[in-house]
Amino acid sequence: MEYFNIFVKSIFIDNMIFAFFLGMCSYLAVSKTVKTSLGLGVAVTFVLLITVPVNFLLDKYILQPGALAWVSPSLADVDLSFLSLILFIAVIAAIVQMVEMIVEKFSPSLYNALGIFLPLIAVNCAVLGGSLFMQQRGYANIGEATCFALGSGSGWLLAIVGIAAIREKLRYSAIPPALKGVGITFIITGLMGIAFMSFMGIKL
Amino acid sequence: MKKIDIIKSPFNKSNPITVQVLGICSCLAVTAQLKPAVVMAISVTVVVALSNLIISLLRNTIPPRIRIIVQLVVVSALVILVNQVLMAFVYDVSKQLSVYVGLIITNCIVMGRLEAFAMSNKPLDSLLDGLGNGLGYGIILVILGFVRELFGNGTLWGYPVFEKLGLYNIGYENNGFVIMAPMALILVGIIIWIQRSRNKDLCEKC
Repeated sequence: MEYFNIFVKSIFIDNMIFAFFLGMCSYLAVSKTVKTSLGLGVAVTFVLLITVPVNFLLDKYILQPGALAWVSPSLADVDLSFLSLILFIAVIAAIVQMVEMIVEKFSPSLYNALGIFLPLIAVNCAVLGGSLFMQQRGYANIGEATCFALGSGSGWLLAIVGIAAIREKLRYSAIPPALKGVGITFIITGLMGIAFMSFMGIKL
Repeated sequence: MKKIDIIKSPFNKSNPITVQVLGICSCLAVTAQLKPAVVMAISVTVVVALSNLIISLLRNTIPPRIRIIVQLVVVSALVILVNQVLMAFVYDVSKQLSVYVGLIITNCIVMGRLEAFAMSNKPLDSLLDGLGNGLGYGIILVILGFVRELFGNGTLWGYPVFEKLGLYNIGYENNGFVIMAPMALILVGIIIWIQRSRNKDLCEKC
């Protein structure tokens, strides 16, 4: 039940886009059509689902204060947490590269579908943000961290597909010229955020 | 391009936030109050300027295939430095900024300027470009932080402006919605609207 709570909470209440503004750059740049945004959303979810559990293990067994005690008791008071940023981003960049190569080898059709988006994900703030929030909130075990990753990935997917669908329709509406494009997208995202705020009252 | 233009253009016609649309995440998340917004603006300026300088010095020795990794390593080393400095000197603000300091690494402004400018320009120009873009980003942060703290809390830098002016006695209420996440997005939308109606060249043709 705890897992399900974390999953639902990270989709609706702690939505990556509407509550924390993570991954806004690609969200604004790639949300012109539903098809491409779906591809990017799936790719982000996929990468989050792999990187967050890996970084969870890294944090638990190497980075946390005293985490190195399993190597030898003399290392029990070593605190490497200041290294977490550089290690997390290195893990993310390496995993993105590996995922790209594996997908290319075993499923060329999926590779063609995700193609250009995969390398870009290494610098998507939603992915690094996922790992940093995982560390900050201190999830108890790897299951919780995985549920959180899946939930926040799905929330991001939901947001980008939603805005892409709206932007496809917006093309036919009369918007003041100065507001066209980025401006109106910001305002619509704000309005969607207000809609998502209604989930805040839900107690899980 | 003249040196002064490199610094000046990010303030208006190539502003990183409103025109290039880079680095939105942190710009929205840290501006509920003025103080974290200013601290964030300074941190980003330092990181962009220095990483631009370093990458520009290294630009002829970086193999193109692995340039993203090299850039990430340089940027994350700088961000770790900034993070440690913030934790040492302004601990409360660094707690408020939480993960967003770490997220400077993936801030699109940093990577964007490295790719677009530092990889193909001289060190001094790159340093100025980084400085200009950091400040252009900072100015939007300060505007947002100013508006949101003033109308959301009635304070500026923690100083109760509206209370001293006596506005509460004549029935003024703080608009708590301005501090919420969605309003930040709408405010940026409005800033873009104002800037583009004054400067017609920036409008998108669609």
